Amino acid sequence: MSITLNVNGTRREFHGDPDTPLLWVIREELGLTGTKYGCGIAQCGACTVHVDSVPLRSCSAPVAAMTGRAIITIEGLASRVAKAVQRAWVDLDVVQCGYCQSGQIMSAVALLEKKLKVSDEDIDHALAGNICRCATYQRIRAAIHLASERLASKEGA
Amino acid sequence: MTVAHAWLAVIILTGAAASLARADDLRSPESFSAIGDQADRSRSLFVEAGRVLQHPRCLNCHPAGGRPSQGEDQHPHTPLVVRGLDDKGATALPCVTCHQAENFAPSGVPGRPLWQMAPREMAWQGKSLAQICEQIKDRRRNGAKTLTQIHEHLAHDTLVGWAWAPGGNREPAPGTQAQLGALIAAWIETGAACPIR
Repeated sequence: MSITLNVNGTRREFHGDPDTPLLWVIREELGLTGTKYGCGIAQCGACTVHVDSVPLRSCSAPVAAMTGRAIITIEGLASRVAKAVQRAWVDLDVVQCGYCQSGQIMSAVALLEKKLKVSDEDIDHALAGNICRCATYQRIRAAIHLASERLASKEGA
Repeated sequence: MTVAHAWLAVIILTGAAASLARADDLRSPESFSAIGDQADRSRSLFVEAGRVLQHPRCLNCHPAGGRPSQGEDQHPHTPLVVRGLDDKGATALPCVTCHQAENFAPSGVPGRPLWQMAPREMAWQGKSLAQICEQIKDRRRNGAKTLTQIHEHLAHDTLVGWAWAPGGNREPAPGTQAQLGALIAAWIETGAACPIR
């Protein structure tokens, strides 16, 4: 079966089983390996992408459901909010091993694109499904606050 | 094993299988016709429907608090999710982040269109069937629905229908959605009486 996808603004074709998890199409077929495989059961958040501006666990969605939808992976993040989040991540040296971080950033960007001024509770609820085995949660939270402050003060990238 | 023992085993297993089959089914409205008193019949019909309403497939998304539960034991949903402002999850972690339009076997995540929690005022967990019955009829707590609309919701709503096709190793609700619809229709026709507390 042939499925046409819109990934990071580019039209891509997938030929294969329509039930293939989107994650494996992104990684194995399209070579976009920034999106990670963590658990495969939507428990860890490492595979998070945006579909029509909503975060989605790509391990738990069939590629066939993606027709006509706009998929953004970590490689395609380019909005003002995304740049501010990435800058804050670097400035606060958030990453330890880094495996979960693309998923963390995808969720953080989704949060700030919906709500610019956020509380700790907003962050905790939005990123509750993103697990970090290095436990960088405090730095993740600080980086989201920093990005939020910079965006609010027009300092954002 | 002697022949007698073998026959005993067959009888026990057959009985167990029949018992299981009964547990999975819902009684038909007609099977309550022997109950002469209409209010009693109405209550009995609702008690039978309550086997669905109080099943984990329904209760898990009718929680008393701000979080859904999951599984047959109704443990708190993992990962931690909250109902949010619209009962569809938190900002940037809506239900549809994981729950797609269909059950997805490769990950085991259940799915159905319009996946969401029941509103807070429709909480069923921790309530008796009598309380649930009164709540269902109370237009201040049922989304201002008439009994006809309640029947429509239970008999035809696609998200309700997921309870009978939950996928994975999740136990379906008893009977079928059509059987539940027939019970609720008969309950309404007989006066929509609630079980006595």
